[in-house]
Amino acid sequence: MRLIKQNIERDGSGSVTLYPEEPEDMWHAYNLIRPNDLLRASALRRVTTESSTGSTASHRVQTTLSIRVTGIDFDPQAGQLHVAGRIAEENKYVKIGQYHTLDLELQRNFTLEKGEGWDSVALDVIREAIDPQKRADIAAVVMQEGLANICLITEHQTILRQRIESNIPRKRQGRSGDHDKGLTKFFETTLETLLRHVDLSAPKPILLASPGFTAASFQKYIIDTATSTGDKALLANKSNFLVVHSSSGHLHSLNEVLKSPEVLARLKDTKYARETRLMDDFFTLLRKDDGRAWYGPNEVSKAVDKSAVGRGGGILLISNSLFRSQSVSERRRWVSLVDRVNEEGGEVRILSSQHESGKRLEALGGIAAILTFPLEDLDEEEEAEDTEDTPNADMGNLQI
Amino acid sequence: MSRHRIKNVDLDEDDFYDSGEDYDDGDDGLTVEDREQLSRGTKQVRDVLGPDIAITDQEIQETLWHYYYDVGKSVTWILNQRASSQPKGSKKSKKETKATDTVATPTKKAEGPSPDDLVTAAQSGKGGNKASKPSTKQASTEKEKNEKSAVAPAVEVPKPKSKNINVLAEYEKSKRKNAANFVVIGHVDAGKSTLMGRLLLDLKVVDQRTIDRFRKEAERVGKSSFAFAWVLDQTSEERTRGVTIDIATNKFETEKTNFTILDAPGHRDFIPNMIAGASQADFAVLVVDASTGSFESGLKGQTKEHALLVRSMGVQRIIVAVNKLDTVGWSHERFQEIEQQASSFLTSAGFQPKNISFVPCSGLTGDNIAHRAPDGLVPWYEGPTLVDELDKSEPASRALEKPLRLTIGDIFRGGIQNPLSISGRLDAGHLQIGDPIVAMPSGETAYVKALDVDEEPAEWAVAGQNVVLHLSDIDPIHLRTGDVVCSPTSPIKNISTLTIKLLAFDHITPMHIDVHRGRLHTPGQITQLVATLDKSTGQVLKKKPKLVQPGSVARVVVQLANPVPLEAPSRIVLRSNGETVAAGLLE
Repeated sequence: MRLIKQNIERDGSGSVTLYPEEPEDMWHAYNLIRPNDLLRASALRRVTTESSTGSTASHRVQTTLSIRVTGIDFDPQAGQLHVAGRIAEENKYVKIGQYHTLDLELQRNFTLEKGEGWDSVALDVIREAIDPQKRADIAAVVMQEGLANICLITEHQTILRQRIESNIPRKRQGRSGDHDKGLTKFFETTLETLLRHVDLSAPKPILLASPGFTAASFQKYIIDTATSTGDKALLANKSNFLVVHSSSGHLHSLNEVLKSPEVLARLKDTKYARETRLMDDFFTLLRKDDGRAWYGPNEVSKAVDKSAVGRGGGILLISNSLFRSQSVSERRRWVSLVDRVNEEGGEVRILSSQHESGKRLEALGGIAAILTFPLEDLDEEEEAEDTEDTPNADMGNLQI
Repeated sequence: MSRHRIKNVDLDEDDFYDSGEDYDDGDDGLTVEDREQLSRGTKQVRDVLGPDIAITDQEIQETLWHYYYDVGKSVTWILNQRASSQPKGSKKSKKETKATDTVATPTKKAEGPSPDDLVTAAQSGKGGNKASKPSTKQASTEKEKNEKSAVAPAVEVPKPKSKNINVLAEYEKSKRKNAANFVVIGHVDAGKSTLMGRLLLDLKVVDQRTIDRFRKEAERVGKSSFAFAWVLDQTSEERTRGVTIDIATNKFETEKTNFTILDAPGHRDFIPNMIAGASQADFAVLVVDASTGSFESGLKGQTKEHALLVRSMGVQRIIVAVNKLDTVGWSHERFQEIEQQASSFLTSAGFQPKNISFVPCSGLTGDNIAHRAPDGLVPWYEGPTLVDELDKSEPASRALEKPLRLTIGDIFRGGIQNPLSISGRLDAGHLQIGDPIVAMPSGETAYVKALDVDEEPAEWAVAGQNVVLHLSDIDPIHLRTGDVVCSPTSPIKNISTLTIKLLAFDHITPMHIDVHRGRLHTPGQITQLVATLDKSTGQVLKKKPKLVQPGSVARVVVQLANPVPLEAPSRIVLRSNGETVAAGLLE
């Protein structure tokens, strides 16, 4: 993303003009645009004209529209952002108050003016979005026998490109051939799909992760196939295939993959590698249960109130999905939390909800904190409001 | 040439009825195994065809080779072949009776002295007649499509008719032996597969020749001690790597009981497969490696995890086979040391001391497995051999009256007559040929065209039996391993939110997990820790805990990515990052 023009006043009012260059930029735009913002971008609109005789004719016109945003829809697979809203500025095709959905396009400027003013988090998103340093995306195939997830890991997102499921007959007495045949078929499908989504001839790392030997066999299959078909481009890049261990073929095993030494050696200091490490640190502390790691909105808010997330190791982990909240007051709450931690000298990490580490954080309620000093019983008074009556179930049948 | 071959492969994949055609042209010569199967098959085909059909051995063998030694298919093909080559009319009736014989024979063999026998023969005979007629016509008109026509009857057969057998009454009448499944568990390289290979040899399920052949082949790849394991480790990958990857099943019988072995993989990556096996087991055989240091490292590793898993899946009885005692000179001290450590660990895992027994043995030499060790070798042990110990198992009671439930363990092509077959163990209920079934979560209906119990054709099956169901009227796309087959009248529900009471083996926070139940293996997320509970009384100790400590009992809510067929009470295992983090009961 390129910053074309910025005029933001001290009080947070003002507008920013941005130029998206790649699909990833749509993700940033998605995190930036909120309901009630004013968005100005070029649009295609179908205009119906009625002649004096009453016959109608409709045609599409290219025009620039300003809308007051009411809803945002992001399609991570296609990298498209649809912003719905009502026209805020009249021109010769549209009237104020009419509805329009803008599809933000690559290589076309858009101008954004914040309805609630620019806050620190929004400015951070812009800063991150316009960071010109490009890092390589990597493709990963997380697989187990009969299941493969092909995904693309970019700086800010993990995009599941395709999921392949194939039935492989299990080994049976005297019919071991069926299994091998099924496995070969599965590899064939996976490779075909992989070729459709990823350019294997480009010198980019491709992670093959699986429990057991599936990934290694798949790597062998790819190289064998390339050899037999004489695919020189693929053969030249065969060292790009990294076989990594994962405990299952489901997508959430990706966090194990990103932690493995083979991957870290190549991808050190990427945002997702850092985030993964941070989440691990948090879980390690949580396991110790010494009152220094807390998660959940209320607990973390209380910890910040007690200035426990400050200078000297205090870290606030927060998922960017919280800032995408529809309600203005909700977003304000999280922004002020972030500001307070920053003021007190603590570290704030905004994790992408599209990454595995972000998803782990989401499971914890989207927010967690590592405190500088232990605090006990932050969750105490909540128990009163929990009126749900859990029946004293018969423990007899749970003989473990 | 290479291009040609690729084309072939494509065809092979697309063509559903492919086994009729020979794509094996690349194969050079026959292996010993092939020859053996060929000669056996030839004899069987001859038996079925009877003396009336004039055919050379070579022709039969050719056909068998085409059909990968499937006797049934070969016979059908030969008969069709005859039909097309012989003039129509005069011999037609004869041909048809032959076809009838073919279909009826297997049923007869299996059923034995059953009153239903005649009916079966007549009914299947009818099917056979119908089937053979169109194929005869087709074959005479279009010779090239011979293989296709052999398939056609299987597709054209109308919905299988139910005979409305009162299965439960039949089951009461039949005097079957007890049937028991046991799972063989233990740390990787404890010798599970080898022990079972030896057991099968000593009980004459596998003959010495096969073992000798395996030994020779194993020596060739430098793994001579793996010969016994190869009885169960059959895929090429398992053999080259020398580890069991998937559950292997095999059967043997003693005077009292029909046993099914479920040989589980020990490697930690394949624990999902081990869970699938353990979920079908009535009791477990834990194999521990007695050699110095191995037992200790196993206890930290999969010996412990496996024992906890089988216990949490409801297995009560465990036999500990202290293996490889020959490597420590049958030392009594070593045996006692292991016995003491293992029993204290197993009791803490929840096994009752009376349900734990220890057998010193050696899989490689075969002592104390089926036969006692020679006199003087193990003077300090007077107890039963492993097989005697197995025989002590009590038959488990089965949920026969409950609605039908079967977790699909495998989906495969059962042969040209049965393009779609599934296997598994009936968890509850019963079924018979002609029954409609519903596969969940897809909710598609299918009919049971035929079924095998313990690899013998049968007309009905009840809970606890290992069955293969040959299905009709369903597209294989609707079936996946781990799906549940149930009766249309009381289908299992698909759920995506589970409340589980669990025993934590590790720290539990809201996190991503894999949910395992038998072959079912699906990703999910713990969304809520509802409460920690008192272990013995079930009283709520703390609501909404932040963290569940290992060893404590808690109630949690799990959100699954996709709805799956599950119902209470099911035993569930939760795993995360390759570790078993909890086991629990669905509420």
